[in-house]
Amino acid sequence: MTFKDPTIHPSQITPRAIAEDRRQWLKTLALGSAALGMGSWLEREAFAKTAAPREKLPAKLNEQYSTRETQTSYEDATTYNNFYEFGMDKDDPAKFADRLQTRPWTVSIEGMVKKPVTLDIDALLKLAPMEERVYRLRCVEGWSMVIPWNGYALSHLLNRVEPLGSAKYVEFISLADPKQMPGLKRPVLDWPYREGLRMDEAMNPLTLLTFGMYGELLPKQNGAPIRLIVPWKYGFKSSKSLVTIRLTEKQPLTSWSASAPREYGFYSNVNPAVSHPRWSQATERRIDGRGIFAPKIKTEPFNGYGEYVAKLYAGMDLRKFY
Amino acid sequence: MVAIAHVKRWLFVVALIPLMRLFVLAYAGQLGANPVEFITRSTGTWTITFLCITLAMSPMHWITAWSGWIQMRRMLGLFTFFYAFLHFTIWYWLDHYLNFQEMFADVIERPFITVGFVAFVCMSLLAITSNRAAMHWLGRRWSSLHRLIYLIAILGVLHYFWHKAGKNDFQTVYIYAGIILVLLVVRIPLIREQLRRIKTRS
Repeated sequence: MTFKDPTIHPSQITPRAIAEDRRQWLKTLALGSAALGMGSWLEREAFAKTAAPREKLPAKLNEQYSTRETQTSYEDATTYNNFYEFGMDKDDPAKFADRLQTRPWTVSIEGMVKKPVTLDIDALLKLAPMEERVYRLRCVEGWSMVIPWNGYALSHLLNRVEPLGSAKYVEFISLADPKQMPGLKRPVLDWPYREGLRMDEAMNPLTLLTFGMYGELLPKQNGAPIRLIVPWKYGFKSSKSLVTIRLTEKQPLTSWSASAPREYGFYSNVNPAVSHPRWSQATERRIDGRGIFAPKIKTEPFNGYGEYVAKLYAGMDLRKFY
Repeated sequence: MVAIAHVKRWLFVVALIPLMRLFVLAYAGQLGANPVEFITRSTGTWTITFLCITLAMSPMHWITAWSGWIQMRRMLGLFTFFYAFLHFTIWYWLDHYLNFQEMFADVIERPFITVGFVAFVCMSLLAITSNRAAMHWLGRRWSSLHRLIYLIAILGVLHYFWHKAGKNDFQTVYIYAGIILVLLVVRIPLIREQLRRIKTRS
């Protein structure tokens, strides 16, 4: 799926042959400097050689929820990741996530539900028709991407287990296995990674249970085999590599708000009016290959999804419930 | 001993490698998904690295008695400023689009930016007074002014620490903080005298 973007002039796009020639030239240079022990300092791409084979995941485009903005390249979306279970640097997940075993994989859905169940990944893949949705993803760090995700609304899964009336929140717990995840050695967060949504947020049709991106199964660094995408919230609310989904009465304690409550609240709706304590959230840098001189863009309340979600927060002071 | 002029020529070329690397990576389209972040962090890291190297020159002189260390110090100090200047300029230009008011608001509002900015202003003072004319004009005040480097080192580490604080990711911060701590501690007169004795013994 490609969209024409009128703001990019064809002359601004580097022809493939020239780009590859430059890379070749860099590799030669890196090879030379490897003798000096500086190879990796010059070459970023080493990990690409170990990338796992890519598997298709057919899905039908959902136009209603899809933006036509320029998409982030597959390479950028799969090499610039926050997934601290594999390391703190943006390129660590792409380097180390190949250790993750994504099959067999089961997810248990439990807590305040009539029919708790543990489903394996194949059953989950077949639970509802697969949709493609091109969403904006806004990271709390001030960058954003446009990514085509493949999955279906989380509500399909939650309806299947029949939530009890007492279920007010949903807690999401990610895998934390030190054998597969080298980043767990560092106490950056209280592992396992925990996130949460209010029940109505979880049931919102935008909340996507996600199995793929760019028409293929999720790469491991992007949260394989199953993750969440909550497009109107900062990226860290979209938990990766889920193993447990638990419906609760009380608001769950999430990993980031436990670690730095002043910086990361439970709601974390994208909000240009509420700064992070160490930077403004008013603008964002869109990662779409337009280069370093492309101006930053204005951040929209709810990341531009206000028409679908603003009503969830009617009467709430979102400065207090950040 | 090697001719110092010769050493300085090589030092100049070597000190430009981090900048050259950025050009090479930019040319090859290898600055990653977020090139502005990459360049900002790279120049920041090299600022603090050159700061450490500059601060190491006096202790090296005390230990070895080779005056060449002191003769390299100014160039290294100026390279520290050079990378700080790039770090600041990229941020002012590509994060704030040269909008002074907006940039300054950021400086006032966020302590993490404030300390980095103060360190940069102090460094600019040292850079413009690094020539002979300024030394002559300032006389004895010159060395008091240039003791600002100790404040700059502390502010620089604090800036780096705050930058990493949100994620409790302090591994590299501790390494730089440790090196700077050692380089400051050896300046305590008693310890400095001990270091000076090393050369008289050998």
